Amino acid sequence: MSTPSVEPVLLPAKRRVAQLAMLAFAVVIIMGAYANVGLAIDKQIPSGMLTYGLGLGGFMLAAYLVLAKFAPWADPLILPLVTLVNGLGLVMIYRLEAAKMGGASATNQLVWTGVGVVLFSVTLIVLRDHRALQRLTYTAGAVGLLLLVSPLIPFLGKEINGARIWIGVGGATLQPAEFAKLALVVFFAGYLVAKRDVLALAGRRLLFIDLPRARDLGPVLITWGFSLGVLVLQKDLGSSLLIFGTFIAMLYIATQRTSWVLIGILLFVGGAILAGMLFSHVQDRFTVYLNPEDPALYDKVGGSFQLLQGLFGMGQGGVIGTGLGQGHPEQIPLAFSDFIFPATGEELGLTGLMALLMIYALIVERGLRTSIAARDPFSKLLAGGLSFILAWQVFIIVGGVTNLIPLTGLVTPFMSQGGSALLANWILIALLVRMSDAARKPPPQAIQDEGMTQVFQR
Amino acid sequence: MNGPLKRAALVCLLMFGLLMLNVNYLQVVRAQGLREDSRNTRNFYARYEIERGRITAGNKVLAESVDTGSNKYRFQRRYPEGKVYAPVTGFFAPESARDMEASKNSLLDGSDADLLIRRGIDLLTAKTSKGANVDLTINPKAQEAAYKALGASGKKGALVAIEPKTGAILAMVSIPTYDPNPLSKPDKATVNTAYDKLAKDDNQPLLDRAIERTYPPGSTFKVVTLAAYLESDDTVGPQTEVDAPQRLDLPNTTADLPNSGGAACGSGRVTLTFALERSCNTPFAKIAMSLGYDALKEQAEKFGIGGEPLEIPLAVAGSGIGPEEDQAALAQTSIGQRSNQMTPLQMAMVAAGIANNGVVMKPYLVNRVADAEGSEIDSADPEELSTAVSEETAGKLREMMVSVVNNGTASAAKIDGVSVAGKTGTAETSQGKAPHAWFISFAPAEDPKVALALIVESGSAGDDASGGHTAAPIAKSVMEAVLGR
Repeated sequence: MSTPSVEPVLLPAKRRVAQLAMLAFAVVIIMGAYANVGLAIDKQIPSGMLTYGLGLGGFMLAAYLVLAKFAPWADPLILPLVTLVNGLGLVMIYRLEAAKMGGASATNQLVWTGVGVVLFSVTLIVLRDHRALQRLTYTAGAVGLLLLVSPLIPFLGKEINGARIWIGVGGATLQPAEFAKLALVVFFAGYLVAKRDVLALAGRRLLFIDLPRARDLGPVLITWGFSLGVLVLQKDLGSSLLIFGTFIAMLYIATQRTSWVLIGILLFVGGAILAGMLFSHVQDRFTVYLNPEDPALYDKVGGSFQLLQGLFGMGQGGVIGTGLGQGHPEQIPLAFSDFIFPATGEELGLTGLMALLMIYALIVERGLRTSIAARDPFSKLLAGGLSFILAWQVFIIVGGVTNLIPLTGLVTPFMSQGGSALLANWILIALLVRMSDAARKPPPQAIQDEGMTQVFQR
Repeated sequence: MNGPLKRAALVCLLMFGLLMLNVNYLQVVRAQGLREDSRNTRNFYARYEIERGRITAGNKVLAESVDTGSNKYRFQRRYPEGKVYAPVTGFFAPESARDMEASKNSLLDGSDADLLIRRGIDLLTAKTSKGANVDLTINPKAQEAAYKALGASGKKGALVAIEPKTGAILAMVSIPTYDPNPLSKPDKATVNTAYDKLAKDDNQPLLDRAIERTYPPGSTFKVVTLAAYLESDDTVGPQTEVDAPQRLDLPNTTADLPNSGGAACGSGRVTLTFALERSCNTPFAKIAMSLGYDALKEQAEKFGIGGEPLEIPLAVAGSGIGPEEDQAALAQTSIGQRSNQMTPLQMAMVAAGIANNGVVMKPYLVNRVADAEGSEIDSADPEELSTAVSEETAGKLREMMVSVVNNGTASAAKIDGVSVAGKTGTAETSQGKAPHAWFISFAPAEDPKVALALIVESGSAGDDASGGHTAAPIAKSVMEAVLGR
């Protein structure tokens, strides 16, 4: 029996002031970027600078206050980083709208950002303990699958640009896959935490690989089949790749078994070859990937025109970029959504893109750090899964538009114009913030030295 | 679970690392290639982002950039005077430019090193840099008169008018010509279609006949032959009598050299003035044969013929009297036939040299270049090209050329109250084809303000075209325009 130490335990710093300062800095950068666009296009500071800048600043201040009240121990870096990316997206959309690009609407995006911040706040306020989600494992799974297939429901689903990934609600369209991905990560986390021992330990060894039991393969095969189904029926390559890859990563994190990764990769390659043989649009994407500069592909409908325009823009930008408002990103089709990354590359150059990728990497890193610091397996897996899906999504879309991997349509998180993705990603960030608050919150401290009997303040 | 989490973090790091590497590869290694790809329309937009300077002639705007407010093609080129000045201004097409638009491009678009200070000031005062304005020496009245007179009744040809004392080009017309406006639209496809149509046209509207093409000068070249004769012997003058047979026997050939139409030239023994007035062939051929090829070539070179190719700043095709052959060939060369080939500009320089007391000034088109704020960057500095003949010889030639207008073949060029000096030319092209009609002149003879040369091409003014009937009246209207009559 030893007596507890009398020295006070050092509490981790909350660093709220630093967070506020960084948040202000992010907003100042964004306002500077607005001013830049206006000066380049109209030779005057745009009226939008105050509207958009202060709008964004106001939203972020609200988010900060909610965070400070309801998740005081949360990671101080996540919110300012997300603010910067979200604001940069707003600036690019504003800039494309100023270039009279059809479809670009900075006002809509700002409104969606506001709604995103509301959802962020609501999530933080309502979900005081994220472990409540563990009890909803199968509900989340069912909701996720339902959301994923919802675009296929007659009258509800809508086909836009050849992909049936939208549903019409009232006058608005939503992309349910964005929300489905959150629900599915919650489901995977809950399911894998419950089943990880059996998935990890049972099985037999063949050569160097531990093969799982056939019945344990079930969930993997079901997920694989499901993502293929999504691909086939909705022609949504991006989402199926996103969900399948995330599932494999989480399976690996939960079981620590490399064999799952190998099986996953084999299944993916098999599925991709199968899809390539069966569907011309998958094959087209692949030929475009291999040879985007081929003139025949360039002129073909659904060929490499869009990809190459993005690459031209990036080439034009070079190391320092043309400067905001001084390039021609409106040349790139869908520059405000899927191709916002090359559009940014044209005007901010390599310098801007490296900074942008660094910000994404930092957000992911903060998420993974949360995951490592978390105290229970479900939190670890959920935080790890959410961080990975964010990184994976950036990789798929940015790699696609920069011709690193074949192009599959996905939104660039927080940047691309589109409400669904923005809302879903703000909820994702709220979950990470909630978990980082839980992870960093110091364990209850003894109020006084009372020997064997202690009173805790919770 | 921390082990696999760390490995997953490593995978994430790897993914971002790959993205960063790839972005570097694209924007550094491949940037140049991507920028220069012909399908990258951004280069093409850059041409329209700059407010190019104006091209003016006096108070007349020949070319200007108009702010359309369009995002893609903001500044578009317009040519308010269209066809009239096309051989001078050229055009500004999406992928190329021609004539003044091309040769003064770096000043017009503001990229020239001479505009460095202006650009620096603009940068400091946060102003958008504009290109410099280029003012030409062209006299709009003369240009328009020449365009109207030459362009009437479907003629083809060219006219160049020079201020003899400076070399400033007052008018430069080539017909048929083109409208630079449709060639300067920011739309490659329409421009290429329009250009191809012009390029395939048999009448060659894109050709600047004044400087880009040479023609046999015909009898106008007799002035050069005569100059060589006068220079060779001080005692020779307008009243010196020379042999003028009806037909001249050419040595070592069976052919004879007749006068125009086989006519007799006076009594067979005439004064030089008479020979020039009537434009007899035989006396000049005889003179040339006695002077020899070298003397004729030397005299031609003193007028700038066959020297360094001129840049005014547009590139001028080279003129020349042809290689040395036999005496028979020399006889034909002396009257502007055989391999004798001149640009209209070169013949205008011959007239201007005589008008300017024998001194040939370097011809030029740019009067003044000023930046967008009006500060002068460059202005014309008249330069002597060569001394063609002595002042005395120039005086004799002037006297005889005035006589050609007053008493000879060029009576159609007479202007009331002004003494005009001139020489007609009717150059044979090939057997059975209509001749080119030439005319060179300057006025007023005692204090020349304008010297010019013009050609009306073979076949475009009837089969009986001649320098006196076809070309001289056109010259008259241009001289009147310059002299304000």
